[in-house]
Amino acid sequence: MIEALLVMALGAVLLGAALGYAAVRFRVEGDPLVEKIDAILPQTQCGQCGFPGCKPYATAIAKGEAEINQCPPGGEEGIHKLADLLGREFKPLSAEHGIEKPKSVAIIDEQACIGCTLCIQACPVDAIVGAAKQMHTVVAAQCTGCELCVAPCPVDCIRMEAIQETVDTWKWKYPVIKLRQAA
Amino acid sequence: MIAKLFKFKGGVKPDSHKDVSAAAPIRVAPLPSHLIIPLRQSARAMARCLVQPGQTVLKGEMIAAAEGPLCTAVHAPTSGTVRAIAPQPVPHPSGLPAPSIIIDPDGLERWIERRPFDYRCVPAQETRNYLRDCGVVGLGGAGFPSHVKLGPGEKGIETLILNGAECEPWITCDDRLMRERADGILAGASIMRHIAGARRILVGIEDNKPQAIASMRAAVQRLGEADIEVVAVPTRYPAGGEKQLIRVLTGIEIPFGKLGTHFGVQCFNVGSAHAVFRAIAHGEPLISRVLTLSGNMAHPGNFEALIGTPIRELLPLAEPRTDTDRYLMGGPMMGVALLSLDTPVIKGTNCILAGSPALFPPPPPEMPCIRCGECAKVCPAELQPFELYWFSRARIFGKAQEYSLFDCIECGCCSYVCPSRIPLVDYFRFAKGEIWAREKEKAAADIARERYELRLAREEREKAEKAAKLAA
Repeated sequence: MIEALLVMALGAVLLGAALGYAAVRFRVEGDPLVEKIDAILPQTQCGQCGFPGCKPYATAIAKGEAEINQCPPGGEEGIHKLADLLGREFKPLSAEHGIEKPKSVAIIDEQACIGCTLCIQACPVDAIVGAAKQMHTVVAAQCTGCELCVAPCPVDCIRMEAIQETVDTWKWKYPVIKLRQAA
Repeated sequence: MIAKLFKFKGGVKPDSHKDVSAAAPIRVAPLPSHLIIPLRQSARAMARCLVQPGQTVLKGEMIAAAEGPLCTAVHAPTSGTVRAIAPQPVPHPSGLPAPSIIIDPDGLERWIERRPFDYRCVPAQETRNYLRDCGVVGLGGAGFPSHVKLGPGEKGIETLILNGAECEPWITCDDRLMRERADGILAGASIMRHIAGARRILVGIEDNKPQAIASMRAAVQRLGEADIEVVAVPTRYPAGGEKQLIRVLTGIEIPFGKLGTHFGVQCFNVGSAHAVFRAIAHGEPLISRVLTLSGNMAHPGNFEALIGTPIRELLPLAEPRTDTDRYLMGGPMMGVALLSLDTPVIKGTNCILAGSPALFPPPPPEMPCIRCGECAKVCPAELQPFELYWFSRARIFGKAQEYSLFDCIECGCCSYVCPSRIPLVDYFRFAKGEIWAREKEKAAADIARERYELRLAREEREKAEKAAKLAA
């Protein structure tokens, strides 16, 4: 009787020690679910979801504090991916957070720019260069099209322009032609 | 001597239709009214423009310089004046405009000073740079820069393969080139062998071109160099595919993600070898090419046209019949529809094919896949096109990649045999395009995330510094 208890107790201690060691040794840094959600989000950092960036939104989704349909730049496809990842139902994009738009880039009218640096402070990815009382310009390759620089500009010299398809970015179209219903 | 030829799996035997354009010798196309030269002539990179509107240029003068490792220079195909530098429609399936230089010829054909290049006295790297500045790219259609392919690679090149298979129906430009300019092709191949440090040269020609084979063999005799062999390969589409020809001639099967150079083999089109010869022996950059005009035409044939010649001005030479309703660039298996006749001839244009409702009827309606497996039998890349079709159609791109979508060479054999007449290649092109676009988007998102996090860290640090200053 005593031996049996001792053997079981020893087993419990050993396994507990092993588990304790593993918890320290193979500790997962950060929340892997947040990372996975963040990888799906488009990283526009526009804040249209109501959170200050893609990572905070991902954290909120992971905690169950936010819906998966609050990201207009990610669009329907992004919602589908989030639904698949989280095992939730697909929902259409929530209208109060905005609509899906073609990807665009900010353009500064350099003649009108007064060099106030407000747009530089607003840009979440540091894609605008310039200095006080100097002309500013957008590094188009790094612009995510978040539109956060448009509102702060005191002289309204920033506009958003949809990115046009070029020979380099053109893709073969989906070959399935939808049947049209005769009127 | 090659003891035996190997076989590649699959392939089809469409009617060749080569006799209609192969009989007549190559004719030189007349000088067009204007030339449109896209700045992007090689596979992936755009050259940097060196001229300004109104500037006078000489024939063969460099008008755009190579920038980056995969770029080649662009030259004025004739002497004249630069009219404009503007976006023009280019022969691309999208029909979208791309930056081009427009030249008005002066009709004088004044050349730059041409000097042979002594490739034997300089390091190979210098010769490769010279070829880059002569704008030499692969003339088989893909337009990959030749100087890159002649690079040393990991193991060096042992065997140089000249691709004269020309397996696409209707096209005969390489056939005519081999019949008429065999000595130039071999001289070019010999130069390439020297640059690459290769030992032997194999010339693969499909056995439906006996005159080209005879002409090349006679030229080998005249050249008198060792280790050059002209091999007749069985006619079966796509024997002229790079991997297929390497397989037939050497028995090497190149796995996914590897190149011929990993196995000491490199493959060049015969036209590219000729362009190398013109560049080295005559100092002439690549400013013209031979192309086939065939299909629904009264006088099909092969023409040597300047790069930049508008296709509209080229067509009257072969007199398209009145019922012609569309044009293809390339052959019937792999070619793409030409959306505008104002597009120019580029370095990769090997054929313009006129189609009529009788000759190339519009594709019949697509029917459901019955999983008969015919496509898998003919696939030269040994894929399962019917599986790829399901995944591409359903937009399950990850699965399509697992089934080796990117091994597909888009040869069109599967679409050719499909009893349900499914345009399989269109689906594969769509899926590839989507996957590439997603990868690009992913890379851009990763950069944005990194920049955003750096910004947050900086703001945090600045706040801490400010607080420390206040506390002090």
